[in-house]
Amino acid sequence: MLAFVLRRLGVMLLTALALTFIVFALTNLQPNLEKLAKSEASVRMSDDAVRAWLSENGYSGTMISRYGQWLGVLPGWTGATADGTATGRCVERGVAAEATPRFCGILQGDWGQSTVFKKPVLDMLGRALGHTGWLMLAVMLVMVPTALLIGVLAGMREGSKTDRVLSTAAIATTATPEYVSGVIFIALFASATAGISPLLVEWGWLTGRKTLFQGTATSAMDDITFWNFALPVMTIALYGIGYIARMTRASMTEVMTQQYIRTARLKGVGFGQVVMKHALRNALIAPFTVIMLQFPWLLNGVVIVETLFNYKGFGWTLVQAAGNNDIDMLLACSVVAVFVVLLTQLISDIGYVFLNPRIRLS
Amino acid sequence: MEDWDPSKPILEIENLSISFFTRLREIPAVMDFSCTVMAGEAMGLVGESGCGKSTVALAVMRDLGKTGRITGGSIRFKGRDLTRLSEEELRHIRGSEIAMIYQEPMASLNPAMKVGAQLAEVPVIHQNMAKAEAWALARQIVADVRLPDPDRILNAYPHQLSGGQQQRIVIAMALMAKPALLILDEPTTALDVTVEAGIVDLVKDLGAKYGTSMLFISHNLGLVLDVCDRICVMYSGEAVETGNVEEVFTSMRHPYTQALFRSIPLPGADKNARPLISIPGNFPLPHERPPGCNFGPRCDYFEKGRCDAADVPMETVPDAHRHESRCRKWREIDWQAPPKARIAKEKLPFGKVVLRMDDLKKYYSVSTGAFGGGSKKVVKANETLSFEAREGETLAIVGESGCGKSTFAKVLMGLETATSGQIMLFDENVQSTPIQKRGADTVSQVQMVFQNPFDTLNPSMTVGRQIIRALEVFRKGDNDADRQRMMLDLMDLVKLPRAFAERMPRQLSGGQKQRVGIARAFAGGAKVVVADEPVSALDVSVQAAVTDLLMDIQRENRTTLLFISHDLSIVRYLADRVMVMYLGHVVEMGTTEQVFSPPYHPYTEALLSAVPIADPTVVRKRIVLEGEIPSAMNPPPGCPFQTRCRWKVQVPGGLCDTELPPVRDLGEHHQIKCHLSAEVLATMEPVIKVAAE
Repeated sequence: MLAFVLRRLGVMLLTALALTFIVFALTNLQPNLEKLAKSEASVRMSDDAVRAWLSENGYSGTMISRYGQWLGVLPGWTGATADGTATGRCVERGVAAEATPRFCGILQGDWGQSTVFKKPVLDMLGRALGHTGWLMLAVMLVMVPTALLIGVLAGMREGSKTDRVLSTAAIATTATPEYVSGVIFIALFASATAGISPLLVEWGWLTGRKTLFQGTATSAMDDITFWNFALPVMTIALYGIGYIARMTRASMTEVMTQQYIRTARLKGVGFGQVVMKHALRNALIAPFTVIMLQFPWLLNGVVIVETLFNYKGFGWTLVQAAGNNDIDMLLACSVVAVFVVLLTQLISDIGYVFLNPRIRLS
Repeated sequence: MEDWDPSKPILEIENLSISFFTRLREIPAVMDFSCTVMAGEAMGLVGESGCGKSTVALAVMRDLGKTGRITGGSIRFKGRDLTRLSEEELRHIRGSEIAMIYQEPMASLNPAMKVGAQLAEVPVIHQNMAKAEAWALARQIVADVRLPDPDRILNAYPHQLSGGQQQRIVIAMALMAKPALLILDEPTTALDVTVEAGIVDLVKDLGAKYGTSMLFISHNLGLVLDVCDRICVMYSGEAVETGNVEEVFTSMRHPYTQALFRSIPLPGADKNARPLISIPGNFPLPHERPPGCNFGPRCDYFEKGRCDAADVPMETVPDAHRHESRCRKWREIDWQAPPKARIAKEKLPFGKVVLRMDDLKKYYSVSTGAFGGGSKKVVKANETLSFEAREGETLAIVGESGCGKSTFAKVLMGLETATSGQIMLFDENVQSTPIQKRGADTVSQVQMVFQNPFDTLNPSMTVGRQIIRALEVFRKGDNDADRQRMMLDLMDLVKLPRAFAERMPRQLSGGQKQRVGIARAFAGGAKVVVADEPVSALDVSVQAAVTDLLMDIQRENRTTLLFISHDLSIVRYLADRVMVMYLGHVVEMGTTEQVFSPPYHPYTEALLSAVPIADPTVVRKRIVLEGEIPSAMNPPPGCPFQTRCRWKVQVPGGLCDTELPPVRDLGEHHQIKCHLSAEVLATMEPVIKVAAE
């Protein structure tokens, strides 16, 4: 077990290295850097001035050496401005030259400075991840039980009316992308002039506020309430519900045709017990992996939903960074994404072994 | 139920008809089926696949699925008509009064539940027993089915047990509520012969001990003879003959039963002098049954205008015990007459050595932990294999699952490379050449016929196209027209109509698919053909035809046939030489006569005695092997067979525990790997004796 986890962690590190290098290389392409120089210094710089700015700010080294510096395995670049002040990757205002460390990459905890937010990347990212964490948690709490319930109910009697209805609903939700369902939800539930909110107000069922739900989740960053958080959670969860429910249903119908289910039935076990005691655990083995795969997928949905509902979490930050050429921020976001993906895979593999007594990983 | 009288039948099925309803049509699966099982009686239900025997069993359990329906007749269990019971009433009968045992033990146990929990469930449901008490009962029943170490087994998951142990657990589960009727649906088909022998003994003993009646479904006539008192032969949805086992076996009164017996290899059958007679034609599809007698179109005694005029009723045969036959002409047929269509063939001499193996070894290394860690172990799949095979010879490789016979085939084919040793094919060493690196020539010379014809054909390619593809791979033929012609020749060779070339595999029956498999193997003019259990997935009547086909092609092409099988009856019938394997070792090798008559290797002896023979005149010594086959990962020291050998005490000095026996030659190339002295070997008696008539 320990050896397996260690080996997987090693592979994870290697993968993370390779992936971050690719992102680093793409974000640090020459035209991109020129754009950065112009946006940081002056839009009307001459080509020579751009070149000068880049070399002054440490962007003139080779890609590998800059990657090494970013990582913190190579010493940060040093230089001096025309007036003699020492500059460098690790130089900070107010810190004496002797106290300046030689290395300052992500390994040393220095994730760089966000050019958009004018703050250290780590601060921004930490807060954004905190917000997104709450969103994800809420989504998982809604999505997983609902999806499993729908899947099991649909799958236990294949071809029945329940199955047909639930399967159709599941397909419909999976077929609706977040940017569509989000907009529909806002129009339906969060508009004071359209959808059901005006009706509810008219009937007197809705007092104190004008809409059933709030169309923006900005206030949820300080205080999460059902009112401001329901729509973003629903929007992300809806897509996943359909997907996981389909998987669970498929797995459940397969299990229900297995011989050991017949054995149980012919042993005199009632239908409810057959489903609960004999089918369920076996049917959950396959969806477990899918649920784990949903975590990275959630990051994806989060980008759309956070932008849509103006919720300043990870997805929103990523969009801002990408839209404004914020290289350090983008890199940090990709590191987080890579680790989320790899970590959930590890958990999924280990959990699979515990769910399925027959599995031996090697 | 209280007023049930034990002298009345436990189970009485009368004129039962079952149909399956598809969108297209109603498919009648069972028609006008009647049978009676008395208390304590074992009834055998025999027939080929698709004849409706399992459907009858499921109808008794009232578990025909969504599409199946009982369309007529009654099933009376202890006087109650099961066809009229509600779902809730059925639930009380299932598992407690009637229990069922299935073909695939692994599939019928819940993989994610501990064995004990699955067993204890039965009394908890039916007798409201407390959990602890139920576990105690489970422990007792597990001991009853002769499983060692019941506590460990109760806490194990099904996959941690061997196939035989799993089947014992399924039996234990059926016995938990002491049912009055036990339905066994091919309970041993998935198991090895020696394991099968143990299970059959167990079932018989338990039947006697608890007075349970049994409905025993099997396609194996020998097994039915061993277990049952009465037999019911089914063909295409109908019972065609029923009666006492001995009566039906010795004086059958239906042509189908007779044909069935003539198509199975009994002792005395011989591929040259007395070849098997396969039943001509094919099993009719349920919606294409002929008018009148269903067996009519395949029957030797068929009479137009009489047999196909009207439905044939069951008629009672006089002077017998409830013996009935569904035949118009049973009174006129001379049942003692020898079969007409038996053509003896001459035996051809063998040619030069085609294939030679020297000290072949194949080891695998595996890890044991759940996450890949754990200790590394070496599995010795093949140990020092040496033999020769000549042109035109049939060499049978016999042994139970896990003995290394399939590994050997893989190494020979080049799917695996040997750890050490030599494989010489026509003076060419192919030992360390994997199949990807072998030339088209070598590949086409060594071909394989696989066990399961259903999985080995590409379902989306026509049969002809698949054979042509093989020709292309083997670089045969100059152009497409040439290959088309060769393909049609091959279809002729395997006796398939040429029109079949355009068909898809799903349109073919199992036997026809296997013929395509054979055609494909011989496409490149194979010199050595490895047939890995080529007929074990087929029905008995088809088995004979496919075996004969292999023999005919061999006679024509002078092919060397390596016939891998666990079925000793068929091996005795067609092999020239036999090689018996156990845990990777060749324990005995010699001509068929040498191996099948004493002196035996103790393992061969046990293997022979385990094979059920469908002939009441044969007296067979029962030797049931105790214990399990040791794991190849952890073989016993010394002789591999010492843990189960009944002759071990005859070897002085505990030699079996410490030393691997050397290969000894008992004369005329009869090799044996055993410590037993020549004197002891000489005292061995034949396992099978045909009683004097």
